[in-house]
Amino acid sequence: MSDRMLVGTRKGLVDVRRAADGVWAVHSLEFAGGPVVAVVRDPRDGATYATFDHGHFGVKLHRRDSDDAPWTEITTPSYPPKPEGLDEREPMGQTVVPWNTEYAWVIEPGHADEPGVMWCGTIPGGLFRSDDRGETWSINEPLWYHEKRPGWFGGGFNLPGIHSISIDPRDAATMVLGVSCGGAWRTDDGGASWRVATGMMAGYLPPSQEADPYTQDPHRVVRCAANPDVLWIQHHSGIYRSTDGGLAYHEITGVEPSNFGFAVAVHPADPDTAWFVPAVSDIIRVPVDGKLVVTRTRDGGRSFQQVGDGLPTEHAYDLIYRHGLAVDATGNRLAMGSTTGSLWVSEDAGDTMMQISSNLPPISCVTFV
Amino acid sequence: MLLKEVGKEVRKGCGWRVYSAVMVDTPLVSVQFTRNLARHVSCPAAKYVGATVAEVLGAYFADHPAVRHYVLDDQGGVRQHVTVFVGGSTISDRIRLTDAVGAGDEIYVMQALSGGT
Repeated sequence: MSDRMLVGTRKGLVDVRRAADGVWAVHSLEFAGGPVVAVVRDPRDGATYATFDHGHFGVKLHRRDSDDAPWTEITTPSYPPKPEGLDEREPMGQTVVPWNTEYAWVIEPGHADEPGVMWCGTIPGGLFRSDDRGETWSINEPLWYHEKRPGWFGGGFNLPGIHSISIDPRDAATMVLGVSCGGAWRTDDGGASWRVATGMMAGYLPPSQEADPYTQDPHRVVRCAANPDVLWIQHHSGIYRSTDGGLAYHEITGVEPSNFGFAVAVHPADPDTAWFVPAVSDIIRVPVDGKLVVTRTRDGGRSFQQVGDGLPTEHAYDLIYRHGLAVDATGNRLAMGSTTGSLWVSEDAGDTMMQISSNLPPISCVTFV
Repeated sequence: MLLKEVGKEVRKGCGWRVYSAVMVDTPLVSVQFTRNLARHVSCPAAKYVGATVAEVLGAYFADHPAVRHYVLDDQGGVRQHVTVFVGGSTISDRIRLTDAVGAGDEIYVMQALSGGT
């Protein structure tokens, strides 16, 4: 049971804690003014990692070894030299693809059997591995130089990027990635080779290309810890589920009030329970009818309930980004942060949501610690 | 010390014999950063030798390696939302930083007004 969460916002890292009387409140702000992109607690050694997008001065990473220790800047993943004369452009907008870390979209601890290993997913599409807790990084060459990688395109950003990294708790060499827009990928050999997942349909592409697995836009990919063969995806064009460890996905239909959104969280012990936060559609990214709800399934997607008593019921324009929804280790506590700076917590698996603040900066990510 | 003094005998108007000094110098260029960068990383002003912006900044970053990635991208070019001035003008080569500099020049590394959030 987590009594604390870290909230990444456009203006700093917010530490939120639950008091003895059960009231959650903002405890403190760190990195004031610094745009936080991702934050994660490493369960292996207790360290906390955060990534930043300093618009002028680039992407930076920081690590704190314990809650009592100071933050220290660690190395930012760096791309290899771009070949002389290479004219590589993002396919949709023809933006020149910089071989440069434009955004550190996700940072994840490695497998429990690989202490010190960290993974970082970036824009414009590089996956990086560190063997020394972020002091040095190396790009995963089989993916970066994969023949299909130059075909990835931007989704939400001008350039493509990796935002989801999920390691199979049974096997350090098995990992799943989510790429917007470049599909979902799986490796079974620690990143030496990659397979793209099938089954998703891109409604934003011409009909003849909808099924192309290499240009899918899985907004977020999450895995059930207790049943690692089950993964859930909130995709640009719907909701998907895999029961084979992320190789094949099948669509979940009939989700009301909408199947569009960015975030998904899965119950750590129950692969049939997952939460989503819907918006109208990709061109109207606000709650349906101005009423913010959480959609929850407890039967693997056969049915959904609209839950979240306490959420605004009218004139709400909150959007929950892909890292803005988190569940704790018990599966009972949910945290949810929005683009308009609202933050909620639930202690009953989403049935009721308590507002912690409505005055935070735009929220990029939440995580229980 | 990078400056060398060369004694030279000269004669001035009323016949006094004096020694003056002619400064034979290698270009010593000052490097300064926007104060906003100091929020993130120590970047004291300093002077370095070099004939181009790349040489001078390269020398600076050799002494202050943590500053490099705040100014340059992974390929060694100037970050999109960073601006480098020499003598009041922005440099023209943001990729290789080949703009020439000379003794007494000042390199200012500033943040562009684009790129804020």
